[in-house]
Amino acid sequence: MVHPISVSELTKQIKSALSSPEFQSVAVEGEISNFVHHRSGHMYFSLKDPQSRIKAVMFRGRNQRLNFVPKNGDTLVAVGSIGVYEPNGEYQLYVDLLLPKGVGALHLAYEQLKEKLELEGLFDPPRKRALPALPHRVGVITSPSGAALRDILHVLTRRHPGVRVLVFPSLVQGEEAPDSLIDALTKAQHTDVDVIIMGRGGGSFEELSAFNDERLARAIAQSSIPVVSACGHETDFTIADFVADLRAPTPSAAAELVVPMQEELISGIASLQARMARSLERRIQAERRYINQLSQSPVLQRPEHHLRQRRQRLDELWTGLSRYLRHGVIPKRAQLKNAVGKLEALSPLGTLARGYAICQNAEGEIVLQAEKVATGDVVHVTLHKGSLSCIVEGRHT
Amino acid sequence: MNELKFEEALARLEEIVRSLEQGEAALDEALFLFEEGVKLARFCNTKLDEAEAKIEIMLEDGKIETLEVNEK
Repeated sequence: MVHPISVSELTKQIKSALSSPEFQSVAVEGEISNFVHHRSGHMYFSLKDPQSRIKAVMFRGRNQRLNFVPKNGDTLVAVGSIGVYEPNGEYQLYVDLLLPKGVGALHLAYEQLKEKLELEGLFDPPRKRALPALPHRVGVITSPSGAALRDILHVLTRRHPGVRVLVFPSLVQGEEAPDSLIDALTKAQHTDVDVIIMGRGGGSFEELSAFNDERLARAIAQSSIPVVSACGHETDFTIADFVADLRAPTPSAAAELVVPMQEELISGIASLQARMARSLERRIQAERRYINQLSQSPVLQRPEHHLRQRRQRLDELWTGLSRYLRHGVIPKRAQLKNAVGKLEALSPLGTLARGYAICQNAEGEIVLQAEKVATGDVVHVTLHKGSLSCIVEGRHT
Repeated sequence: MNELKFEEALARLEEIVRSLEQGEAALDEALFLFEEGVKLARFCNTKLDEAEAKIEIMLEDGKIETLEVNEK
């Protein structure tokens, strides 16, 4: 008897056994039952056939990309991985993709790869680079014998007679095509082409499969030169279309996107030149108008008039000043003299001049009654001219 | 000016036109900008006029050869 292990230890071992690669990428066909679209956004259901069933979950992040709503009874292909839900000891299918029944292996691989690269962010719009307005040299990666090359060259030379093109011959079909395309793309990186058209004429899904290769997709994403994909199919998208900086529906359309019409550019530049000339002319006219306006100002027009005005003003001020002297200052002086005379009449100094004296005690108080001083006090007597210090010898009340 | 790229020249020309139209530059500077703009426009036109199309192909060994295009 072996030593017993805990339930969680056993579950952990089972989980680890199920994480082997064969269970990490499975595609399974079955009928949907017990379908629940939970309010959390996740989808829970079972897949079954007459003998078996397996629990499945498709999380919100995955099922948001579904372009149909699964329902009980639908037979579908689920692509995903097997995992163990430890709390219940249940294994279940974690679904990444749901596809219609009967889908081929190639298509399945395509959908899986598309999902994977999309999640990696390889298709994100911010990754897309802008094409040059006028390419210095256009790189074309395609079959040298295909109609696509002829179409591309025809459109390029028609739109821009001075276009420079460098063709990188490549296989565009068959098992070796992906390597050949990657090789051409790598070679192009070391040339002075500043935009690349990569494509071929239309074909069946199988014929276009080189453009659904994962390594090619990554090579396009890593290209330092913007890539325009052109796989000659209006409706179906290849993986290369999603990764490319721009997707053109046909090779001719790619050529149109890459090279602007020469005449359009020339007329665009002519219009810029005209705008430039017009605004400069307007500017000069405005400056000239302003200078005219300045030179017409009265000061510059008739300086002597300006001077005369100033002189007249000076005269006015002078007249005002003399009027003020006459009517203001002279009568005021007479008034002042009169006031001073009155003031002198009231002054005690006048009284003293007539022989009166002022007697003050030691504190400076004026003595008006004899009884306010005692014999022997010193009093101060102010006369018209000078003063006396006197000792009181006697008093008479 | 030969090192300049077409789109750089075009972008600068557009910038000059905008600046002149807004009248934000001093007159001296505006005249200077105008002169530069005329040169840029001439440069862009020259680029566009490079008439001879040149279509080449890169061979297996990395050599580049002119490709004969027979238009129907």
